[in-house]
Amino acid sequence: MPKRVGMEVSIAIAEAVKLCDVDVISAYPITPQTHIVEHLSELVANGELDAEFIPVESEHTAMSVAVGASASGARVYTATAAQGLALMHEILFIASSMRLPIVMTVANRALSAPISIWNDHSDIMAERDIAWIQTFAINGQEAYDLTFHAFKVAEDERVQLPVVVNIDGFTLSHVIEPIELTEKELVDKYLPPRKTILTLHPDKPVTMGPVGIPEVYTEARRQLEVALLNSKAVVIEAWKDFAKVFGREYHPIEKYRTEDAEVIFITMGSITETAMQAVDKLRDKGERVGLVYIRLWRPFPHDEFYNAIKQAKAIAVLDRAISYGANAGPVYTEIRSSLYDRRKRPAIYGFVAGLGGRDISAERFFEMFEVIKSGKMPEGPTQYLHLDVKED
Amino acid sequence: MAKKIEAIASWKDLPLGCVIAQPGNAREFLTGDWRTQHPVLDKDKCIRCGRCWIYCPEAAYSENEEGFFVCDLNYCKGCGICAQECPVGAITMVLDSD
Repeated sequence: MPKRVGMEVSIAIAEAVKLCDVDVISAYPITPQTHIVEHLSELVANGELDAEFIPVESEHTAMSVAVGASASGARVYTATAAQGLALMHEILFIASSMRLPIVMTVANRALSAPISIWNDHSDIMAERDIAWIQTFAINGQEAYDLTFHAFKVAEDERVQLPVVVNIDGFTLSHVIEPIELTEKELVDKYLPPRKTILTLHPDKPVTMGPVGIPEVYTEARRQLEVALLNSKAVVIEAWKDFAKVFGREYHPIEKYRTEDAEVIFITMGSITETAMQAVDKLRDKGERVGLVYIRLWRPFPHDEFYNAIKQAKAIAVLDRAISYGANAGPVYTEIRSSLYDRRKRPAIYGFVAGLGGRDISAERFFEMFEVIKSGKMPEGPTQYLHLDVKED
Repeated sequence: MAKKIEAIASWKDLPLGCVIAQPGNAREFLTGDWRTQHPVLDKDKCIRCGRCWIYCPEAAYSENEEGFFVCDLNYCKGCGICAQECPVGAITMVLDSD
């Protein structure tokens, strides 16, 4: 029987990485990601994990080392947050366009300034276009499970792309949750050793990341784009395989009490479980409310999303980041654009809340619901409403 | 024979991640065709010291049967380093359009 134990989510993720037999971990400590790589460095130092732990001098180097290690055929892991992810920015594109499988956990944290170590999604939303596969965990068990899934997908010969698993900083990373830990034999059954396709090796030299002159660059980028879009099928397949081996089932888009729902909340990450409680309370009052949460953010699962919300009269998108100067938050604009060509589509309401660690309680969802019922959204250059912001 | 670079392949035929699987394949292409000037050697002044061959960043120079170092204009980018480094002023840079 699998063990269900109370464990800090960061430690559970590190234990998952250990079970995946990684070869190289390159990381720089940054709150709230530190506990993950701290625990991994202990596992390596204690001889429990036979891997190279490379403590680097910056996140730019952490990702550069990950690129080099993956290019030489290693199974590679790193983790970061906020400013660290921003410092990696340049290399993130290089990892994906050189088609290198790397798994990274991002403990989502607000970007400076002012300095905030607390949770929102502004770090990863600034990295939407890096051509990495991007998933979001809603709780500790998912953070643990998505780690195995990330390696499985990244290294699949049909994919060969890096994967980022997003976990909310503190609200997931530092919380002790009951987690069903798995056995090594099951992980070995699910995740075969990495098979390399193109590798840096002195016996068969290749040039990786060469100059792409205008006659080549467009085709190179088209190849990358198609690879990311096609990865969706493998992401789904790997979740189906996961269910067969571990018994827990995941989908790109998940529904909660959406049957006959007229209003559907849209969330990503740990706020989803608060949203579930809010939906339960509203349902108790007889309101026809449901919830849809996005687990696969890149590539965005347009059809799955549409099928999940098409029967609703209105959807309420909760963004955890501002897209400055745009019409609304990043998730809202994604969804609004995705639905534009659908003949039948619900009204879309945008909300931004929970920036820099500001707590989002169930009351915020009741507030969103009241706004939708009244049909009153603010008029102005933006199409969304800030929740819980002191205006006067 | 070096060939002109055009849209080389469909994205479907590009190697994974645009790697170059045959190192050194730049010699197959006319990599100097965007040059604006090229070196002209005055054999009467040349002392065949080979400094042009040493300094050329593109390895476009090679020694011929007479012991002169000559530039392969298929690859020369026209940077003029050879002319700058020649100790006897035997190399002159001339505009391609002239």
